[in-house]
Amino acid sequence: MIDKDAIGSTDDGYVMQVELGKIREFARSTQSANSAYLESANPVIPPTFLTTQQFWSTPGSGVFSKIKMDRRRLLHGAQEYIFHGPPPKAGTTLSVQTRIDDIYEKEGRRGGTMTFVVSVTEFRNAAGVLVAEARSTAIETGRAPEKDAS
Amino acid sequence: MNLKWEDLSVGTQLPEREYGPLTITDFVRYQGASGDFNPIHHDDAFAKSAGFPEPFSVGMLQAGILGSYVTDLFGAENVRRFSVQFREQVWAGDRLICTGEVVAISDGADAGTGERSIDLKLNVSRVGGGSAIKGEATFVVA
Repeated sequence: MIDKDAIGSTDDGYVMQVELGKIREFARSTQSANSAYLESANPVIPPTFLTTQQFWSTPGSGVFSKIKMDRRRLLHGAQEYIFHGPPPKAGTTLSVQTRIDDIYEKEGRRGGTMTFVVSVTEFRNAAGVLVAEARSTAIETGRAPEKDAS
Repeated sequence: MNLKWEDLSVGTQLPEREYGPLTITDFVRYQGASGDFNPIHHDDAFAKSAGFPEPFSVGMLQAGILGSYVTDLFGAENVRRFSVQFREQVWAGDRLICTGEVVAISDGADAGTGERSIDLKLNVSRVGGGSAIKGEATFVVA
């Protein structure tokens, strides 16, 4: 059972460096051959790159450590990234903070009660300007769905 | 090669593109790049203990592939919004087809920016299966 008291809680925030090599690695791992990522000396990040924020958080301090979701029953429901201008470039320093925006339950068709956890992460540049936002929906299912679930 | 403003209108279908077949190595490579090391995506015993027949792909891998598809079409610097909803899971051996359609188009006059932009509806489907991802994106277009 996931405690709804976590709604509104935030982590302490941390700093993330947008690294050139990490952009190249991420682009290759998502099967991009785009020279804008692989050859530019100063590339922007790929659309889903900010998921690598998890490398920068202080271990155990993340907002999800307060929630205790079961990895065996954890599904990623949805993910959104918003950029207020061109995506951040290599060399950018971002201040990152995540809050739990919502927690709610739904009855699944075959997975029992599903708990949805919506988190919002804000990314600010050195001037404090909001440059990107991420919105993530994680789902803890009542039991593992079947492979042929439709 | 970026698609041009003159070539775009509501209903324009984007050229489809196939990726894969995906392998466990592709999953692991993405996990290393992203930092998500949930063993359910590479550890057979762990996946079975969770009730799955075998490890399955990281949803964010196929989301990232969809991002690669659409930035190839409209330019890496031009993305302003990218969102995905995860549907069917993706398994080793799956081939994925990325498709998309222009659903809205703006010359920026209403926003007062004068910046041309398009909204896209996107899809990743499994060959022989159903939809793995329903996506949306907004790009500015020169």
